[in-house]
Amino acid sequence: MIGVEHYVVVSSILFVLGVLGIFLNRKNVIIILMAIELILLSVNLNLVAFSSFLGDLTGQIFAMFVLTVAAGEAAIGLAILVIYFRRRGTIAVDDVNRMKG
Amino acid sequence: MIQVLSFYLFASIMLAAGAFTILARNPVHSVLWLIVAFFNAAGLMVLAGAEFIAMLLVIVYVGAVAVLFLFVVMMLDIDFAELRAGFIKNFPLGLAVALVLLAEVVLGMGAYQAGSLKLGTPDGTAAAVVGASNIKSIGALLYGKYLFLFEASGIILLVAMVGAIVLTHRQRGGVRGQNIADQVARRPEEAVINMQPEVGQGVKL
Repeated sequence: MIGVEHYVVVSSILFVLGVLGIFLNRKNVIIILMAIELILLSVNLNLVAFSSFLGDLTGQIFAMFVLTVAAGEAAIGLAILVIYFRRRGTIAVDDVNRMKG
Repeated sequence: MIQVLSFYLFASIMLAAGAFTILARNPVHSVLWLIVAFFNAAGLMVLAGAEFIAMLLVIVYVGAVAVLFLFVVMMLDIDFAELRAGFIKNFPLGLAVALVLLAEVVLGMGAYQAGSLKLGTPDGTAAAVVGASNIKSIGALLYGKYLFLFEASGIILLVAMVGAIVLTHRQRGGVRGQNIADQVARRPEEAVINMQPEVGQGVKL
């Protein structure tokens, strides 16, 4: 039978995949943004599973707020990416060293 | 039973898609895998009885991820002729993905008909409230107890929108645009002249 533990296991695996994506990727900032989206998705899955487990809808409400923040973050992140690309002509992670002293 | 089957299907495909998202060489492929992961997460949420959040996930994320995809396409030098050349070669893979998606949809429908998963209840707590639908109770909670948080999240979205526009907007030089203030400030006295020119003299402007 499927219990809340299954959901927790699945979402923690997804979380680890997202963190791994941030570390593995040395080329593309867009992939890093996508890994962050994966992390937020795993958090949402956890919230929804526990909301169903506890019979309390608050978890689903907070999943919605996480969704809102993720949308805002994606918008701002991509805007920063656009102006960065306009200025530098590249979005490679290793080239981001302008603020190094 | 069908719920257990669909849970494992959704979960395994979601994890596989997440792994492919971070491992794919081509960023376009990784965006597509991200979309697959989001769809499967929505399926998992439907199984847990959260239909509204699941639909929201599909609408918001697949919309947002489509925009992300557009950015990838615009920013990177991707040879689309080369991508299209593999059409026949990729046909079996595409067919397999389509069949898996069909199986997921059918299983998901069956699981939804059979009722959501019972995730068990924690010790000492009553079972979930029955009666009102998911979206109805979410609406009551969202517009009641969490109204201020809801409006604050609206403000966050507004600020994000304004920020994105301010960041990416640029004034181009050397472009002739409409100057509305000049047009409005123009008076007939300075725009029209009555003259009676001599024959053969022409008009001096």
